[in-house]
Amino acid sequence: MFGVLMITLLLTISLVGSNMDTILKQGVIYQVRAEITENTSIMQGFNDPDEFEKFVQQKIDERIKVLGLDTPWYSPQRLGYTMYKIIILDFGNATFLTSDSGSSNVGDIIFEKMPKTILLFTTATIIISIIGIVLGAASSNKIGSKLDRITSTFAVISSSFPVWWIGMLMIFVFAFVYQIFPARATPSIEPDDPGYILALLYHMTLPVITIVLIGFGAWAYLVRNFMVGVMQEDFITAKKTMGISKKRIVYSHALRNAAPPIITILALSLSGSLGGAIITEAVFDWPGMGRLYFEAISVMDLPVIIGSTYILTVLFLISIFIADLLYGYFDPRVRTSS
Amino acid sequence: MSGVSTDEIKREFLKSKLGLTGIFILLGLILISIATISLIPASTFQEWNNPEKWISYPKTAVPSWVNFVSLEKIPEHKIIDGNIFESQNDGVYLVSQQFRVSFEYDDFPSDLIFETKTKYSDSHIVQIEVIRPDGIILELLSTSLPYSEIDTTHDQRYFSTESMIKKNLNSYKDEFEFDFSIGVTEIIFSQLGENKVQKGEYIFIINTYGIKHSAEILKSKMILGGKAFGLMGTDELRRDLAIGLLWGTPLALFIGISVSIGSVVVGLIYGVYSGYRGKKTDEVMMRFNDVIYALPALPFLIILAVTISNSIFLMIGFLMIFSWVGIAKVSRSMSLQIKTRQYVEAAKIMGQKDSKIIFKHILPQLLPYAFASIAISVPAAITTEAGLSFLGLGDPSFPTWGQILHDANIYGAAAQGFWWWIIPPGILIAITGLAFVFIGNALDVIVNPKLKR
Repeated sequence: MFGVLMITLLLTISLVGSNMDTILKQGVIYQVRAEITENTSIMQGFNDPDEFEKFVQQKIDERIKVLGLDTPWYSPQRLGYTMYKIIILDFGNATFLTSDSGSSNVGDIIFEKMPKTILLFTTATIIISIIGIVLGAASSNKIGSKLDRITSTFAVISSSFPVWWIGMLMIFVFAFVYQIFPARATPSIEPDDPGYILALLYHMTLPVITIVLIGFGAWAYLVRNFMVGVMQEDFITAKKTMGISKKRIVYSHALRNAAPPIITILALSLSGSLGGAIITEAVFDWPGMGRLYFEAISVMDLPVIIGSTYILTVLFLISIFIADLLYGYFDPRVRTSS
Repeated sequence: MSGVSTDEIKREFLKSKLGLTGIFILLGLILISIATISLIPASTFQEWNNPEKWISYPKTAVPSWVNFVSLEKIPEHKIIDGNIFESQNDGVYLVSQQFRVSFEYDDFPSDLIFETKTKYSDSHIVQIEVIRPDGIILELLSTSLPYSEIDTTHDQRYFSTESMIKKNLNSYKDEFEFDFSIGVTEIIFSQLGENKVQKGEYIFIINTYGIKHSAEILKSKMILGGKAFGLMGTDELRRDLAIGLLWGTPLALFIGISVSIGSVVVGLIYGVYSGYRGKKTDEVMMRFNDVIYALPALPFLIILAVTISNSIFLMIGFLMIFSWVGIAKVSRSMSLQIKTRQYVEAAKIMGQKDSKIIFKHILPQLLPYAFASIAISVPAAITTEAGLSFLGLGDPSFPTWGQILHDANIYGAAAQGFWWWIIPPGILIAITGLAFVFIGNALDVIVNPKLKR
């Protein structure tokens, strides 16, 4: 797992490395020139403009060497240094973006946005999985019934619409036609205001509804399919012959046995939703990681892009790992075999 | 997996209603694509992002078919070609351009633009007037073409917003019974008694008088600025959305199909080879597979698009990188089963080359599965590309549905209620996706007997 993380990092760095160097070098040149022009006494010491240019160039070269920018980004020591810094979560300073509190440290920015993304997408995922499990179990109870068919159709249709497009439609319907919810999900009051949490929840409603609307159909369909598989197993038939009511079999015995794959997928979909969050957050203007990503891309703020990619990958890997552990915990067959 | 012949697949497929629906939708989309490519000139999409080209179109106009549904008739945007009449009287040469408009709407047009191109020499006088349905003639503008000794061509646009027109209209103040502090078009098209639209036929005339020579009109157009236009309306940048949507169809099909075919072929060969070779090779190849699987796809696609290029062809390649992984896993486990079959072992003992065994004996067995997964993975490719375009990372030289939605989002179409800008692209994305999902599911049921119930 750690290896995967390192490869991800290496890939990210190599993709943005050369661009980053150019930007950093330009920054140095700009900085040196500004410093020298501010200090008029240095300027007056030169009579010949050529000599002055030479001096400036020399200063720039010195600074570049100090920062280690004279070796290319793929040289081992620079690569190692960058990787080391990122592993200890030191992403350096953002080029353009700042956090709401004004800090330009990438770590600060990311950790300010992260809770909001987690809040939005965990809420949505929990609602989705509750609706999905109940609906899936209910439709597996009566295969071929109206409910079952509606669920399956809805699953297929809803999963072929992009979430962000439904988001735009929702904004159109609920913010323009019926002015119930705000079109932008960023609350306008300050974060330290006592009403902030309420405002945030109110602004969160529309994105959550959108994500749930698109997500629960597929979930219900998945749960239904697992349940159908479990319901055909021998022990269920045995329970049936023992005279246990069907409802009880479905909701307590079968559901428990279908749990391992369901939980695995829950963990995976949580992390998957983090990646998909980028576009959804951009539509709703939700102040989370996704929008941060979007903003960072639009101004090419490389430290922020690298930092966010790293964090997203870590989260993704952690959830794969947790999914694996959970699977082993819930399904003893896996535990003994491994 | 095996033992399903092509004939059988065909027969079973024709029985599946969903699969047939999918095929019909797909055929429809392909027809649209062919029609678009052959009928609409390619310059329309090449100049999609060139504002110059769309200048004579209206801004955020609703589709004109809305007038069939709504009670109030929204003025349609019209581009009218002039009829040219020439006459000569006492050494005065007159060229007159006439534009007939039958105006039957409930709202005023937003503006009027006359576009003319004249070839002339000497000085010429230009007069613009309108004959209203009630017989009143309003003189709008009299001006002259710049003097020139030799033959010149002169491009001229007369806008209804010009202050001279308003000034000239002020001389008719007495005939109208309302205040004149409104737009010019609201006066020209108004009833006398109150400021409401007077329906009927209007004739706009541009007279060009010359003394020695007659002027030659090379281009003559009148644009009646309306709030409804075309099949699909226009966007904030005055672009005809119908053209964008039409060009999006072949592009989406191209992206979806090439990504899915590419990734299925790569995944299939990779997986089969890994499974067939087994042991160390298998181990190493599967670990590499795991690494790609663990990469968060969207962030990486974004970085690739930002740093390398957002050309549509490279984008297809990037999408392939992340979509062959699952197929490789499944086809590996399938090839593990197939390679233990007797005919494969027989072929091996006979000393056939590995590549021959793979391509001749194992891969054909997987073909039905491959077709099903091609169909199933198309929607994901289309939505991912649309998502990237939506973030503004699309190829600017091709108008895709995602880019139309990106522009819509930037200009706040949802919050301003421009539904015709948002709904059609999304529905097209979904319909295209659904067509392939239907086909893929129908194939899947045939290929995997387990799913049959």
